[in-house]
Amino acid sequence: MTRPADAVPRSGVAAVQPAALQRLAAGLAVEASAALVRRGSSALTFMEVCGTHTMAIARFGLRDLLPPEVRLVSGPGCPVCVTAMGDLDKAIALARLPEVTLTTFGDLMRVPASRSSLAAERAAGADVRVVYSPRDAVEIAAGESDRQVVFAGIGFETTAPTVAAALLEAQAHGLRNFSVLSMHKTMPPPLEALLDLGETDIGGFVLPGHVSVVTGSACYEFLAREYGVGGVIAGFEAYDVLDALLRLARQTETAIEIEYGRAVRPEGNLVAQRLMAQVFEPRDADWRGLGVITGSGLGLREEYAPFDAERRFDVDAGEPLEPTGCRCGEVLRGVLDPAECALFGARCTPEDPVGACMVSSEGACAARYRFRGIDD
Amino acid sequence: MTEAGKRDEAAGPGAAGATPGGRILLGHGSGGKLYRDLVRDVFVRAFANPLLERLDDAVALVPSGRIAFTTDSHVVQPLIFPGGDIGRLSVAGTVNDLATAAARPLALAAAFIIEEGFAVDELEAICASMAATAAEAGVEIVTGDTKVVERGACDGVYITTTGVGEIVVAHDLGAETVREGDAVVLSGGVGDHAVAVLAARGDFHFSADVRSDCAPLWGLVEAAIEAVRGISPTGSASGSPAAAESASGDSAEALRFLRDPTRGGLTTVLAELAEEAKLGIELEEAAIPVSPAVRSVCDLLGYDPLTLANEGKMVLVVAPEPADAVVAALRAHPLGRDAAQVGVVTAAHPGRVALRTVYGTRRVLDMPVGELLPRIC
Repeated sequence: MTRPADAVPRSGVAAVQPAALQRLAAGLAVEASAALVRRGSSALTFMEVCGTHTMAIARFGLRDLLPPEVRLVSGPGCPVCVTAMGDLDKAIALARLPEVTLTTFGDLMRVPASRSSLAAERAAGADVRVVYSPRDAVEIAAGESDRQVVFAGIGFETTAPTVAAALLEAQAHGLRNFSVLSMHKTMPPPLEALLDLGETDIGGFVLPGHVSVVTGSACYEFLAREYGVGGVIAGFEAYDVLDALLRLARQTETAIEIEYGRAVRPEGNLVAQRLMAQVFEPRDADWRGLGVITGSGLGLREEYAPFDAERRFDVDAGEPLEPTGCRCGEVLRGVLDPAECALFGARCTPEDPVGACMVSSEGACAARYRFRGIDD
Repeated sequence: MTEAGKRDEAAGPGAAGATPGGRILLGHGSGGKLYRDLVRDVFVRAFANPLLERLDDAVALVPSGRIAFTTDSHVVQPLIFPGGDIGRLSVAGTVNDLATAAARPLALAAAFIIEEGFAVDELEAICASMAATAAEAGVEIVTGDTKVVERGACDGVYITTTGVGEIVVAHDLGAETVREGDAVVLSGGVGDHAVAVLAARGDFHFSADVRSDCAPLWGLVEAAIEAVRGISPTGSASGSPAAAESASGDSAEALRFLRDPTRGGLTTVLAELAEEAKLGIELEEAAIPVSPAVRSVCDLLGYDPLTLANEGKMVLVVAPEPADAVVAALRAHPLGRDAAQVGVVTAAHPGRVALRTVYGTRRVLDMPVGELLPRIC
């Protein structure tokens, strides 16, 4: 598993009757009209900032149920998509070292970096292995002492604690051949960066369910307090997403609400937070589409330097090259609808992706392409 | 067989003759005495039938009509999983491929690539499973081949099965025969095989109460053909629907298309069908059976059950008139109890499959790309 097995209790929520969704959608239409009058605007734009939400919305075909005045845009919540080209190049440079076994989540394999992809490197002979959990990488290191096993860690607060736990396990076993290339990021800073950019009039956030299981809700309070933008932490059923949108439309005073109450507590998962704080510390990180955001990344603390792949291996990844015409950055900021990109569905498809948003299973472009409407 | 029999007495039951420690040696693939022992003690014993016992390089078959011919290679890890094993898979897979041509299986060939050091008793268990599955499908494994490769050059055992079948209808099935208004029928729930194998592989550290649906489907398909013809299964005493055909035409023509949704799942079969037939398909998500366990695993990992592999399901496209009778006939068969009409062929949106979701929304159903990967977040 890519997240702690006990972090997300399975709900007993069965498939919701379409009638209940229709009622929610009708309620949303009423509340949205009222909200438009209240806000004095002509459209209500909400942003979902979690790749799993993006996928769920597309898979359930939820856009069909939205009233015309409600716009739903995707934000920087797909871990693979927001990973900067330079970081991907670093992973590839590490994979090319003959002594290195590079392990990572499968979703990263086909992402085009500047000059190659991990899948292409594997085909060319590099030892790149897909694992389902960072613990699997530790197991490989324990079993193959002649290999330098590097785990290319991506993801937000959902995955970072599992990587921290794996690293501590490697330390406890005295493994000297395990290290982490940390490309981890935290969720609140890019939301702040987006609002600071002010490119889109975001009327509210559908906040990530899985991330919030770990972080809790307090870390988002500044959105309501300082920016006057509300947020609802939502689950992943169709009902959850519509319910979250309804709650956002209904807010007369901006606030952070928890819709996903069956899994998220206001204080979050304290054990996971402690693990993360023990191993990682905030550092600046480069985001595709948003650039460098202060304190938005997670680097390994000094005392875990021996497990830091960036300190252990001296690699030159070269200058990052962005693919010509790719507008993933704008898609990730919610400025551009995936279908508005000239490459979308033509030069850039899931089979032959140009940008990360089309290759990741959580990417906005992939979701839009795979689950497009029948008349699109 | 007397020579092999004697050796068995010395080496104990099922010991494949002179195999020290009950393991496959490179020498078993050398074509010499060890090879002959392996063939007799394991394969001929498991698949026992007169054609195979001749150990000729080729066998003579006497088909009575048009022939269907297919081959399929099988690699799976683990080799044994809840509901099946590579042996059952290899026989069912080829029988089912023949069935998609409305062909009754006539004979199978099996070729084994075995890794040096593979346990002989495991090979025997796989062969016993193949024999049992072949018996279920009413066919025999009449010829074969074996190669042994160095340790590490293959993963345990790979099995290629080739099948010949007699086509029991007068017409060619295929996408080009599909018409607007035809019914899309599915013989049961989807995703069981993929999830069972995934759980058995242990990569995700979860257990699921799911068994592979791996099964030979000729009997099920035969029941559907008989239903289309309006002949009750008990009524065809000869057991040969082919005999019921007349030269002027076949009442089975209302059966248009058969495909087993293996890799790529239901989605891939229907997306390909829509493309080839240049017609659209309207699919009802609510009508597609998915077990709660499969649904839960998919929710957790971000998989779509409609793209997962099945090894004991059939997609049938039939004319509207016999659709209900076909569903009823499938449901009366033990392998088709959950059969249902799941969609209809339409002239709208040619080349595309539209899914009406359980939420009442509609979207395109697209072919999956590349390997299935779990989500990160």
